[in-house]
Parts: sequence; structure tokens; C-alpha cells
Amino acid sequence: MDIHEYQAKERFRAAGIEVPPGEIATTPEEAEAIAAKYGGTVMVKAQVHSGGRGKAGGVKLAKDAAEARQYAAAILGMDIKGLTVEKVLVTPAEDIDTEAYVGVLMDRKKQAATFMVSAEGGVDIEHVAHETPELIRKLTVDPRYGMLPHQAFWLANFLYDDPKLIKQASKIIAQLYDAFVNSGASMAEINPLITTTAGEVKAIDAKMSIDDSELFRRPDIEAMRDTSSEPASEVKAREAGLSYVKLDGDVGCCVNGAGLAMATMDLVKYYGGEPANFLDIGGSSNPDKVVAALEIITSDPNVKAILFNIFGGITRCDDVARGIVEATKRIDIGPPIVIRLTGTNEEVALEILSDAGFPAYTSMDAVVEKAVELAAGGA
Amino acid sequence: MSIFIDNDTKLVVQGITGRDGSFHTRQTMEYGTNVVAGVTPGKGGQTFEGPNGETVPIFNAMDEAVAETGANTSVIFVPPAFAAGAILEAADSGVALVVAITEGVPVLDMARAHAFARDKGVRVLGPNCPGLISPGKAKVGILPGQIVAEGPIGLVSRSGTLTYEAVFQLTSAGLGQTTCVGIGGDPLIGTNFIDCLEAFEADPDTKGVVVLGEIGGTDEQDAAAFVSANMSKPVVGFIAGQTAPPGRRMGHAGAIISGSAGTAEEKMKAFEENGIAVAKRPADLVGLIQDALA
Repeated sequence: MDIHEYQAKERFRAAGIEVPPGEIATTPEEAEAIAAKYGGTVMVKAQVHSGGRGKAGGVKLAKDAAEARQYAAAILGMDIKGLTVEKVLVTPAEDIDTEAYVGVLMDRKKQAATFMVSAEGGVDIEHVAHETPELIRKLTVDPRYGMLPHQAFWLANFLYDDPKLIKQASKIIAQLYDAFVNSGASMAEINPLITTTAGEVKAIDAKMSIDDSELFRRPDIEAMRDTSSEPASEVKAREAGLSYVKLDGDVGCCVNGAGLAMATMDLVKYYGGEPANFLDIGGSSNPDKVVAALEIITSDPNVKAILFNIFGGITRCDDVARGIVEATKRIDIGPPIVIRLTGTNEEVALEILSDAGFPAYTSMDAVVEKAVELAAGGA
Repeated sequence: MSIFIDNDTKLVVQGITGRDGSFHTRQTMEYGTNVVAGVTPGKGGQTFEGPNGETVPIFNAMDEAVAETGANTSVIFVPPAFAAGAILEAADSGVALVVAITEGVPVLDMARAHAFARDKGVRVLGPNCPGLISPGKAKVGILPGQIVAEGPIGLVSRSGTLTYEAVFQLTSAGLGQTTCVGIGGDPLIGTNFIDCLEAFEADPDTKGVVVLGEIGGTDEQDAAAFVSANMSKPVVGFIAGQTAPPGRRMGHAGAIISGSAGTAEEKMKAFEENGIAVAKRPADLVGLIQDALA
């Protein structure tokens, strides 16, 4: 789960990192009032879960409160990579001397948190890593010991020459590791980490992603979830315990298992169609889950056909078939449904489905081909 | 032969009294696996009843279970909050293989658990995996026993039901398996493709290997390089997620394209460049492995 900049800054402050003050505005008037309170020049920053906010015009420097109001009016409601800006952060502008990059993420290969730092801050770090890898220093933190003082120093020493700056940056790097661990993060980033002309090191931007598997034990972070930045169908799916991602196609997919669900989407494409979604219904044959899945899929007006692809291993196919029949009795489904069930008790399952009037298949290819044909307007 | 589990496997089930643990323990015993013990803290001294009236002793802790029964493999069905703790306990108990089925274990917990198990020289499979099965010998985990058959193919996969799909097609085509391994869909897993490929290469009964990958991470690219440098046996593969959008988690915690890394396209390219024939759809796997073995 991504959290907003202002929320990540709260986590940073809790770990002791020097972060300039800031407040959230949802209207231009609020932005003006906050700017007036700080006085002087302020930054007005769109709060959306997307990189490239600056390039999209979502980050502006306002010389006074009146200008903050104008910029907030322009930014609020703006669309950045498909996300609507609902909030802006208003924060005093800093007197920037240099900009560096400090980030930490869970490295799959090293199986531990790994830091990346660079004196080239304020830019896309993937680009720096690709073009000029020598400008980046990396360090993997042993999860059993945590960040050791000399390691934080080694990273900070790569960023600055001035011992006073190195000392401040070492502290921030160690605190960033604490914020990462104490938030159950999978990624935390300060870009840029600035030095001011007065010789202070500060985090003026903050980015953080939380490991979804941590949320059950971190209700304070779960409470940071911003459902306005997600499609309503994905919010509903999560509440129903389903794994769902909305896509742009017209063939609705309902599959048990994530790998098979991805393979089914790919097969839709293979036969010339476009999948409308990823949906993993899990191992359950519970009609309530099937109802929820069908409601979510059909809430997408693009969907012209729905396909079920169920491999019954431990789950029995006849149970799933009953679940589907029961679910379709409870709600009206517009688009045609085609079903593929195979595995344990498939004969009984196919009988149940054909008695209920559903076209049923045992081959994954056959059902996908049929669904693509139906979505394209075929009979 | 087979890899990781066989007729000598003596299994202890951690979380044997839970809903999933008890259900799958019965399935595992039905398949013929030697389940020697269960562990549920606070239920030590009780017994678990198998599908045919067998009794399995339950212990409070792993060290007791291993000391009393000589268990050499453990399987974990405990909830996410306690799963990493169960892995640590298992790795400290003397078993050689720990199979963690649990989905949703915090990744930071797993970073610590994997480091601990590595130090102890204990193999962890998973977490968030369906386990493994050596047809005719033993199964550990939740893979359905009725879809496999004994034969010459090794199979390794990051998925669950996609594995069933592929295994089912292999079995239907008369291609049985030495061992089918589900390595799990999490970002940090204990046993990766290379570990399995290395074991299949060393297993005299395995004649060819099927690799089922998916988006996210670079395990498939590493596996491809390993195959071209170290394997004499033919390997064929499939990558799920060709239509997955970047930056979105596709069910599995590890199935996410981050930035430009981890796409299906680059994995398929790595396979092809390293002599691994790539199936465009699951139904093509059988033909590819038949051709490779011919």
C-alpha cells in the first residue's frame, strides 16, 4: 500500500528525521490560510500516489498566500497519471543548496533491506542507476543487526565532504532505517534530501510503500489508506477478501489462483481479446464470494462477457458449480457467462452447470476462445 | 528418485489442529506420506486422528516432536502473525526442510527468518507456496495428489493452480513427474528456481524440467543463466503475466512489475536466449517438453 507524502513525513518525524512543517488543504481557501500562517514563500504539492508530480505541474512554488491559493485551485482536481488530486500539501519553501537521494527498499535477491544513496538528488534514481551507476552507493542491512553506525556513516560520507553535513546525514540515514522497519515498509525514499545554505540537512520530500502483509498488525498505518485514489471496484474487492485489479478490456475474468488468473488474462490476449480485470477468487466455493466477484466484474460497464476458469484441486468442482448457480440466482447478470471447470468431481460439476443452462467447458483454451468471441459480439 | 522429499520423509505438521492444518494433514496421510507428529502449543499430549484411524502424537514444541519421532521435514499451516516464528523454531529443531504454506507473512519477518535458516543450513520452501509432491512417494503441502503421476519430468513453479493446470496436462499426456515443487509467490522465498534446477539436474530419474515463472523480480533471468551454464537436461518454460500492468500487484505479493524490471517480456527473452523453449500458452508446454525429450 502506498501512502501519501504528508503521511510518510509523519512516519519520518516519528523516527526523528528533520522534516519541514506542512499542512494539508482540500480547498484553495485552506491553502491560502496555511500559506498566510507560514508567511513567505511556500510549496504547494499535489498528494497523489504517483511519481512525476512536478513534471505534471502538480508541484508549485508560491511567493505568497494569494499565489498559493491560485496554485491550489489549479492543482486540486488535476489529473496526474489517471489519479485525481484531492489534497495538496502546503509547506514553507526551503533555501536549497544541494539535493541528494536516499532510499531503502526490500531487495528480493539479497533478502534484506538495501540502501541506495546518491549526491544526484531530485531526479529519477532509476535513470541515474542506469546511466551513471558510479554515482550511487549501495548497502544491504543485515536484518539481524540492523543499521550499524559505521554503515550509516559510510553512506553519508558518499554524499558530502563537510563533516557537519556527514554527521547530520548519518543520523537521518539511520533514522530512515528505523522508520522503514517501524512502519513495515517495503520502500522508503527521501528525494531530495537537501542541504540548506545555512548548513542544515533536511528531508523535503518523502515517499513510502507499506508491505500489505504488515497491515493486520499496524492499524495506525491501515488508517492512512486513501480509498479515493483507488477505483471503487478495487475497494469493494478488498473488503470482500478478493484480489482484483481493474484493466481496460472487455472480457471479465474470474479465476482461482493468482498464477492461473494471470495466465488466463494472457490467453484472452492470445485469442485476440482484452482482459477487463485480474481477479483471484481463491480456493473458496462460497456463493457469497462468487456473488461479490460477479458484482465487482459487472460494475465495470466495459465488460461484455464473463469467463470463469476454475481448477479444482483441493476445492471440489461440484461445490464451485453450485456456488456459481446459486450466485447467479441471487443477482441479475447482463453479460453472458462461460465457465471452465476441471479437476476433482468435474463430471458432476458439468452436469450441474448444464442443468442450469450454462455453457460449460473443461478446456481453458476453449472457454477463453468462446469468451473472446462473445465479447466481440459473436453468438 | 525425486528431489527434497521421498519415502524417507518423516513429516511434522506445525499447526496440525487448525482448520487448514487438519484438513491437509488428512489429505497428506491419505496420499501415503509418513506423518509422524504434529505441533500445536498448548495441545501437547493429545493425538490427531488420521483418515483411516491412525493416531499422530501432538507436541507443544518442535524440539520435542523431533526428539521423540525423528521427524526430518516440517510443514507450516500457522496464521501469518506466527508463521515466521514457526519457521525459526523449525530451523532450530533439527529438521532439514521447512515448507511454509502460510500466505501473508510480513516480509521483514521473513528477511530475519531466511537469514536464520541459512545460518543453520536448513532449507525453507516458501512461504506462500503450495508445497511439493514426489508422485508415488510423498507429498508435503496442498498440491492435489490425484493429478500427478510417476514419470521423468521435474516441475518448478511460483504459482499454485497454474501448477495444477500444467501438471494435469502433463499427466493427461502420459508425462509423469519425479517431483513438482511450488516455490511460492512471495518476494522473499527460501528456495528459488536455481535450487530446484540444480537438484533436478543431479536427480538421475529426471529427464526434463518445466519452469513456470511469472512477473516480478529477476529469479527467472537468473534461472535462465543457470540453465545455459550448468544444465545438460532440457528445460522448457512459461511466464504468466504478459498482460499485467506495471506497478500493480497481481495477487501474489511478489508478482509486481517495479519500474521497468520484472516484465514477462524480458523473462521470456532471457529464457529464449538461454535455450529454454517458451510456451506461449500453458497448453503448448506438453508439446515443447515432448519435442525436447525426443
